Amino acid sequence: MSKSSTLWSDAIYRLTRNKAAMFGAIILFILILCAALAPWIAPYSYSFQDLELGASPPSAAHILGTDVLGRDLLSRILYGARISLLVGFVATGVALVIGVSWGIIAGYAGGKVDSVMMRIVDVLYGLPFIIFIILLMVIFGRNLWLLFGAIGAVEWLTMARIVRGQVIGLKNQEFVMAAKAMGVSNFSMFRKHLLPNILGPIAVYATLTIPQVMLLEGFLSFLGLGIQPPMSSWGTLIKDGVESMEEYSWLLIYPGLTFTITLFALNFFGDGLRDALDPKTTDN
Amino acid sequence: MISIFIKRLLLAIPVLLAVASLTFFLVKLAPGGPFDADKAVSPQVLKNLNEAYNLNASEWEQYVAYMSGILQGDFGPSFRFPGRSVSEMIATGLPVTFELAFYAILIALLIGVSSGVLAALKRNTYLDFIPMAIAMIGICVPTFLMGPLLVLIFGINLEILPVSGWGQLPGDKILPSITLGFAYAAYIARLSRGGMLEVLNQDFIRTARAKGLTEKNVVIKHAMQGGLIPVVSFLGPAIAGLLAGSFVVETIFQIPGLGRFYVEAAFNRDYTMILGTTIFFSAMIVFFNLLSDLAAMWLNPRSRDNS
Repeated sequence: MSKSSTLWSDAIYRLTRNKAAMFGAIILFILILCAALAPWIAPYSYSFQDLELGASPPSAAHILGTDVLGRDLLSRILYGARISLLVGFVATGVALVIGVSWGIIAGYAGGKVDSVMMRIVDVLYGLPFIIFIILLMVIFGRNLWLLFGAIGAVEWLTMARIVRGQVIGLKNQEFVMAAKAMGVSNFSMFRKHLLPNILGPIAVYATLTIPQVMLLEGFLSFLGLGIQPPMSSWGTLIKDGVESMEEYSWLLIYPGLTFTITLFALNFFGDGLRDALDPKTTDN
Repeated sequence: MISIFIKRLLLAIPVLLAVASLTFFLVKLAPGGPFDADKAVSPQVLKNLNEAYNLNASEWEQYVAYMSGILQGDFGPSFRFPGRSVSEMIATGLPVTFELAFYAILIALLIGVSSGVLAALKRNTYLDFIPMAIAMIGICVPTFLMGPLLVLIFGINLEILPVSGWGQLPGDKILPSITLGFAYAAYIARLSRGGMLEVLNQDFIRTARAKGLTEKNVVIKHAMQGGLIPVVSFLGPAIAGLLAGSFVVETIFQIPGLGRFYVEAAFNRDYTMILGTTIFFSAMIVFFNLLSDLAAMWLNPRSRDNS
């Protein structure tokens, strides 16, 4: 264990010295905090309508202005953060579970099992998954849990490839052979010996998957096929903003800015994490 | 190499068959009949409709009829637009989407490759930092935000470009093409920078320089061939992304292409249209992936010699 703790403390040291990554981490921390505390810190309820006020530009009462129904934009962005970040994390979690198990099994089993499993990944890679997500949303209704599952089911492929490559590298090392010789069961081999050694690449790739997932959710919500009202994510806020941008440009600009800054923060943090955990990997 | 191509082509056939079958039965799983929407129709009309669309046959018979139709390029009639066939709608929308995607990829390649190669050659100078910072913006600003922002700036505030349409007003193709191409320009810039950096450090480049070739020749004839392989392999998967992007861009700019038809079909629950376009898109993407893998293989001398 002392070996792995040096790896991690080294990584944390490198990470804290990377300004862009730390900047990203701070923004993310603030965002997650805001999302978690939305009901307490939001100045208004996300559905509170002030029809007489209507759309108003940013003012003292409404810092980011209000939408056509007189709803406070800041509050809606804060509540939207809950959904957008939730989709980002949960769908990435789904992708993580599928991808890691698939990769570990394929890499550890090797031979025929490996080649069949990776062939499946290759084939799935070549298919237009975004279309299947839309298909699923159309057929089974636009349900939040289906959205999590569908996005997660699409994003696991790269994770499976990365994990498999790592496991193949580890498989022939002495500690794995020793554990095998001692009769360790497959399950505890995965859990106790393989998984802890590939946590680094998994963490890196998971961090970089979150922005992709959020983009996908935003894309679907923008088309009206993702999150449905009265719930709102940043994607639906941008969609609403586009509809009235000619007169009320702030309705597009602030949600768009929030979304972009979040994606920046996630990408910077992910890149920093990658550099910190594995200084050899280069940017592609 | 030809044998690899044939092998991949043969693998593509069962994959596409599986996709077509899976989508067909998924669509059959959809709750509710296609005609019990807004206004109730009389039982007799419903019966006639079901007959016209071959819905009274068993699912298996429908499946066989549908699959043999596809093989002849017939995707059946549209549920929402009576009298129009899905194949017809694909044929109307496809040229528009292709043209849009073509301009977008052209813009992406021109901007992406030139700035990526330049950044690699001028590593760690402003000519490297500035394009790469812009590329990061291109990756983080989603198409569905970029499009409306460009419309807001150039269409509404500056009033120099049309805000929607395709081929009706002069210049109305500019904003959609830029919107769709921008993110890809960013990816391609990063890929070509990375690829070039890798190649520029290799021995054969040093040899080329040592024998006195001009820098221009070294870069264009020797370095770029290898350095741009990642870009070529990216182009196949990029087609899939361009397609998704076309859904957004065609919706924003009201372009009558296949992407907008698809989104509309999804809203109208036009099941036959969704089914047909899904299968068509899959076939197209499988084909383009094959093509770009092949091109990348051909460019890479190592894999060329192996076969």
